[in-house]
Amino acid sequence: MTEHNSSELTTSTGGQQLETFPDPGVPEHKLRMADKDPKAAKRAERQTVVLFAISILGTIGMIVAFFVFRLEGTTESTRNANLAVGLGLFFALMGIGLAAVHWAKTLMSDHEHVDERHPQRGSDDVREAAIAELKAGAEDSGIARRPLLKGAVVTALALFPLTIAVPLVSSVGGDWDISKFKHTIWKRGTRLAIDPNGRLIKAADVTIGSVVHVIPDVPEEERRSHEWITEKAKAVVLLVRLDPADLKESEERKTWSHEGIVAYSKICTHVGCPVALYEQQTHHLLCPCHQSTFDVADGAKVVFGPAKRPLPQLPIAVDDEGYLIAQDDFDEPVGPSYWGRLK
Amino acid sequence: MTTTQAPKPVAATADYLDQRTGISHAVKGFARKVFPDHWSFLLGEVALYSFVVLLISGVFLTMFFVPSMGLVEYHGPLSSMSGQLMSEAFASTLKLSFEVRGGLLMRQIHHWAALLFMASIVTHMMRVFFTGAFRKPRELNWMVGFVLMILGLLAGFTGYSLPDDVLSGNGLRITDGVVKSIPVIGSYLSYFIFGGEFPGEDIIPRLFTLHILVVPALILALIGLHLLFVVLHKHTQYPGGGRTNNNVVGFPLFPVYVAKAGGFFFIVFGVIALMGATMAINNVWNYGPYDPSPVGAGAQPDWYMLFLEGSLRLMPGQPEFVIAGWTLSLNVLIPAVVIPGLLFTFLAVYPFVEAAVTKDKREHHVLDRPRNVPVRTGLGVAFLTAFIILALAGSNDLIATHFHLSINSITWVFRFAFFLAPVAAFWITKRICLGLQRKDRELVLHGHETGRIVRFANGEYIEVHKPLDEQERWLRVGYEANRPLEIAPREDARGVRRKGYAFDRQLQKLSGFFFEDRVEPVTPAELAAAHSHGEHDQLDSSDSAAQLDPVRDATGHGVVTDEHKH
Repeated sequence: MTEHNSSELTTSTGGQQLETFPDPGVPEHKLRMADKDPKAAKRAERQTVVLFAISILGTIGMIVAFFVFRLEGTTESTRNANLAVGLGLFFALMGIGLAAVHWAKTLMSDHEHVDERHPQRGSDDVREAAIAELKAGAEDSGIARRPLLKGAVVTALALFPLTIAVPLVSSVGGDWDISKFKHTIWKRGTRLAIDPNGRLIKAADVTIGSVVHVIPDVPEEERRSHEWITEKAKAVVLLVRLDPADLKESEERKTWSHEGIVAYSKICTHVGCPVALYEQQTHHLLCPCHQSTFDVADGAKVVFGPAKRPLPQLPIAVDDEGYLIAQDDFDEPVGPSYWGRLK
Repeated sequence: MTTTQAPKPVAATADYLDQRTGISHAVKGFARKVFPDHWSFLLGEVALYSFVVLLISGVFLTMFFVPSMGLVEYHGPLSSMSGQLMSEAFASTLKLSFEVRGGLLMRQIHHWAALLFMASIVTHMMRVFFTGAFRKPRELNWMVGFVLMILGLLAGFTGYSLPDDVLSGNGLRITDGVVKSIPVIGSYLSYFIFGGEFPGEDIIPRLFTLHILVVPALILALIGLHLLFVVLHKHTQYPGGGRTNNNVVGFPLFPVYVAKAGGFFFIVFGVIALMGATMAINNVWNYGPYDPSPVGAGAQPDWYMLFLEGSLRLMPGQPEFVIAGWTLSLNVLIPAVVIPGLLFTFLAVYPFVEAAVTKDKREHHVLDRPRNVPVRTGLGVAFLTAFIILALAGSNDLIATHFHLSINSITWVFRFAFFLAPVAAFWITKRICLGLQRKDRELVLHGHETGRIVRFANGEYIEVHKPLDEQERWLRVGYEANRPLEIAPREDARGVRRKGYAFDRQLQKLSGFFFEDRVEPVTPAELAAAHSHGEHDQLDSSDSAAQLDPVRDATGHGVVTDEHKH
C-alpha cells in the first residue's frame, strides 16, 4: 500500500538530482503478536473478556453498594456511600472502556487504509451552476426590479426583533434606579450591632486592638426578609479600636470617631469583596480576594493592591446609654467605582 | 441490499429504514471512513466525552436542585446548619449532597467533568495551534472551537454560582464590581444582570436558565458544526511516509474507531467517576450559605477563571481617574476586560494573521512539526506563559502561605514577569526550534552516531555514522520553510506610486518577523555533497558543510558514513 506523491517532484533530465526527496510511501506494515501467534490472539481475547467481566461485576457492585450504604445525614456516612457507589461506577465504566480499546488494538485489523481527499472548493462548473440557480431565483422573486419591496422586507425584518428585545430589556433591570448605589440603610442614630447575632455594642466594651464586624441594628423580622441581603451587602461595616495616639485623622473627620474607635465600610473599593482580614500589629485591613490593603490608622488609605480609593468611613458617636450609633449614612457610595459615582 | 449473511430481523429492519430514509447512502459513505491515529487527537475527544458526562450528571442534578433565592430555615440532617436561614438553592444543594443517594457523587462528577471539559478544550486548542491544524481550510472551524471555549467558560461560571454559597456569592460580587467599572453603561449592566442591586433575588434563577438551557444548547449546536467540519474536511494527519495533502492514512471508522472511540468514552467517564468517588470538591456545607459579610482567606476560583483573578490581583490601583466628574476605573477595566480581550483576540485572529504573512492559499492537511514553524511555536509558548503567570498570580496568596514569602513581593515579581517572561519564552522557544531543525539537518546529512570507533591503517580514528533510513529521513526533510513575502515595489516602471504599498510594506515586515530566521530542509544535492565530501575531503569538511547550509550554522564535523569502510 505505498503511494508516491510524485506530482511535487521535479526531475531534471539526464537522471540528475531531485530538488526534494521523494516520499517513501506508507511504511511497511508490521504484524502484531496476535497476528503471528494464535496463542497470543487467544490470550488477548481472554484479557478482553476479563475486562468486560470486571465491568459486569462493577455494575452489580455499584447497585449493591447503593442499597447497602445508607445516608445518615453525617459527612462520614455520606463519604462512605459516595466512595462505595463511585468505585462501583468506576469499575463498571472502565471495564467496558479498556475492553473495547484492548480488543481494537490487539484483535481488529490494523492495516492502514488510504482515502483520497478532494479540494473543498466546488469545481468551476458547479460554481457557475450555483450562480445560475441564484440568478434564476432572484429573477423569479423580482426583487431587483422592485426596490421598494426590497427596502420594506429589510426594514420589517430588522425591526421585528424589537418586539422581544424592548419588553425584555426594559423589565430585566428591575426599576433601573441606579441612584440606590448612593445610599445604605444607615441613618442618623442607627445603632451599631454585631454581625450576625445583632447584639448592640457599647463603646466601653470595645478594647484597644479588637475588631468587630458590624451591621446596622434593625428589627429581627427585617433581617429575615428578602430585601435584607441586598441592604446588608452595602451596609456591612468593620469597627476597630486603636490607641488614639496611633490614629491619624483629618481635621474634618476628627468628630467621626469615638475615643480611637473608627468604623469603615467593609466593602472593598476595588470590586466589592468584604475586606475581612485585620492585622492588629500594622493596623492593616486586607481584602482576601485581590489583596488590596488599607491602613485603618490613616483614614483606610490604600497601601497596596489594586484598589484606588480609601474605604468610606461611617461617622459614629455614642448615645445616652453608651451604645455606639451612626451619626449619618456614608457620605459617598460604598463599594466598587462606577461611571456616575460622583454625579 | 446484500443480505446474504445478515440475520433476517436485522436485514428486515435495515430494509425498513432504508426504504424510508435512504440510510444505505450514509452507511456506505461513513462506515469505513478513514481516520488517522495519534494520541493527541484524543484531546478533543476528551472534551466531547466530558461534555456528555456533564449532560448526564447535569440532568440528574436538575431533578433535585431548586433554583430559587427564596429564604428557608434549614431543618435537614446536617446539624451544623440547623435552623440557619438560607436560600432554597443552597438548601437543595445540601439535600442533594446528604439526603439524595448518589447525589453527592453526581455533584462531584459534574464538577470534575466541568474542570476536565475546560482542560481538554485548552489542551486540544494547544494541539491544533502548535501543529498548524488551523490552516486552510480549517480557519472557520478554529473559530467555532474558539467560541466553544468561550461558551465553556460561560457554562462553568454560571454553574459555579448556582449553589449560592459564600464562595460563589463572592465570585458574583466580583463580577458585579467588574461590570460596574465599564464606562457609561456599567451601572445599568449590573442592574441588567442582577435585576436590580446586587445580589437581589433574580440572579440564581437567571443563571440557572443560562446554565441548563441557553449555554448547553449553543454548545451542543456548535459541537455539531465542529464535527460536521471534521467530516467535511477529513481529519488532519501527522507527517510521515505516504501521508500527503491529498490523502488520509489511517483506520476505518467501523470497526476500529467505533471500538476505540466508543471505549474511550467509557474510559473518560470512568476516570471522572473515580475522581468523583475519591476526591472531594466544592464542599459547600463548609462555606455556608451566601452572606455579604464573611469571606474565606485563600479562596480560589475554578482553575480556568484563575487567570482573570490573577489579572485583577496584579493590577496596581493608581489608574482610576475622574474625568469631568465621571469615574473611569482603569484599575479594574484593564485587568478584567482589556487584558483578557487582548489574549482572546490573539487566539481568534491568529490563523488569519498567519494566512496573511504566508500568502499561502493551498489546503493543508498534513500537520506541522512544531519545530518547523519556530515563530508560531514561540508565540504559542509566549501566550501560554502569560496565561500561566496570570493563573499563578491568581494563587499568589496560597504561594505566599505555602512558601512563606511576602505576598507583596510575589505580586511585584509577577507584575514584571507578566511582561518579561512571555518575551523570554518566545525567544527561548524559537531558538530551541531552530536548534532542533539544525539537529534534524545534521542527522539527515551525517546520520546517527553509532558509538563505534574505527581505526584506519594510517592510524586515524573515526566514529562510524549510520545513515537514516528513508522513512526517518522523510520525517526530517518533508516540510517547506516559509519565506518572507516579496512585494511589488513602491513605484511602477513609469515612476507612479502605487496604492496599498504602505500596507504591503507592513505585512512584509510582519512576514519577516515570522520567517526571516529559518532552516531549510536538506535537499538531495546537499546530502550527496555531504557524502562525497566525507569521502574526499574529510579534514576540510566543517567549512564547506557550513557553506552548504543556508543559515550558515556549522553542522559538519569530520564525519564519515558507513561507505567509508569500503
